[in-house]
Amino acid sequence: MTETSTWATKKGLAQMLKGGVIMDVVTPEQARIAEDAGAVAVMALERVPSDIRAAGGVARMSDPSMIEGIMATVSIPVMAKARIGHFVEAQVLQALGVDYIDESEVLTPADEVNHIDKHAFPVPFVCGCRNLGEALRRINEGAAMMRTKGEAGTGNVVEAVRQLRDVLAAIRRLQGMREDELFVAAKELQAPYELVRQIAAEGKLPVVNFVAGGISTPSDAALVMQLGAEGVFVGSGIFKSEDPARMANAIVQATTHFDDARIIAEVSKGLGAPMRGIAMESIPESERFAVRGW
Amino acid sequence: MTAAPMTADPGTPVRIGVLALQGAFREHLETLAGIGVQGVPVRLPRDLAGIAGLILPGGESTTIRRLIARWELRGPLLDFAASGAPMFGTCAGLIVLAREIAGGEEPILPLMDVTVRRNAFGRQLDSFETDLAVPVLGDPPVHGVFIRAPVIERVGADVEVLARLDDGRVVAVRERNLLGTAFHPELAGETRFHRLIATMAAEHQERAEGSGHRQQPTRRGGAAGSSSAA
Repeated sequence: MTETSTWATKKGLAQMLKGGVIMDVVTPEQARIAEDAGAVAVMALERVPSDIRAAGGVARMSDPSMIEGIMATVSIPVMAKARIGHFVEAQVLQALGVDYIDESEVLTPADEVNHIDKHAFPVPFVCGCRNLGEALRRINEGAAMMRTKGEAGTGNVVEAVRQLRDVLAAIRRLQGMREDELFVAAKELQAPYELVRQIAAEGKLPVVNFVAGGISTPSDAALVMQLGAEGVFVGSGIFKSEDPARMANAIVQATTHFDDARIIAEVSKGLGAPMRGIAMESIPESERFAVRGW
Repeated sequence: MTAAPMTADPGTPVRIGVLALQGAFREHLETLAGIGVQGVPVRLPRDLAGIAGLILPGGESTTIRRLIARWELRGPLLDFAASGAPMFGTCAGLIVLAREIAGGEEPILPLMDVTVRRNAFGRQLDSFETDLAVPVLGDPPVHGVFIRAPVIERVGADVEVLARLDDGRVVAVRERNLLGTAFHPELAGETRFHRLIATMAAEHQERAEGSGHRQQPTRRGGAAGSSSAA
């Protein structure tokens, strides 16, 4: 029997992206630069998160012709973002044939209660999370890949670090629990008991987990890799830096050799200025992306 | 658990490298551990010392190509193949080994006398699973997971076809010490390919230890000479 779009193929593509860098791009030219620098995939969107943050207003799915232009330019997988809960944007992206859909808090949510039923789609989804409970709710809805949200468009890695540590520490706590304590753990995580039990037994998420939101230097990428990320998304950090091609390549090298400080030092030399960052204290709660989705 | 393939000298267990530049290398290391074989991540040329075989995992071949070039792994990997040590490429790993990539891309380590086509089935929505008869592995059939998979469009005269899809397209091949699959045995709990390369690695190590030097060279592709199959 031949079957397409199975769970194994959906989560399997994310497994093939591990140890790699997925880069935000807004034009086919940027997509080409990303591919040449060694990106494992590109995220096609209209504006990088720091520009979305600056522009304000409602951020939506990108123009399909722009996404198609990028798909026609590169041979690596192309991802694209749909608004949280906007299952018609997801249907459109699937119709275009994108390789992965990001149900993303970087865009303005379309539904304040429900996320997309991702099991209903042949195309796989990646979703953001701030903690283990969010991750398990998204996986229960059918997400085949996770990423911690960080705080996109800030160039500040602090939220990414905190969220990744939160997810991994919560997994370690589950591993230390007695069977009869997992029922309450599931209630407190607001997550399905079966998934909680599986994670307590296996000590890891059932899907690949990347880090996003705030990675802007090779050392940032290596930091989250050493903490236990399986790969990184870099948004504004590349095309808002002084020399995007060099920065992109250096982050790719540092993600592969994340535990070799001499190599990270070598690739970090003379990269020019990284993107200008934003301190978290200067972003009011209402303007933070990570609190979107629940 | 079945016993691991042993070398003649039980004091020297076989260690198999897994190219760990990018991709699903951990799945291969876990599959090796599951059959009692020590796996070693390979990221730099020095990591090739002391291993008797090498697995090239799935991932993005464009990324792996650049990392091979950046860390000067190409020459050492070609020498490793020329020593007769077995190499097994899955999906992107098969593309890395292929002497020719359809569509005009430069080959990466031109070793295996095959032409592969990247993303031959289409995009992610065309990824699939299917059962495959692989006669050299016997029963039961292999469960193949194909993810944005390549296909083998041409095989050289010395290349043995190990598996085909129902429509006849070639998806697994062997040429002397080189093994390649378009699909992912490591994602399906399939251990027989890993046992096969472990056995080949043990034989290679035994030969190398027995003679005190490397022998049975596999021809190098590219500039080193194309003494092609007849």
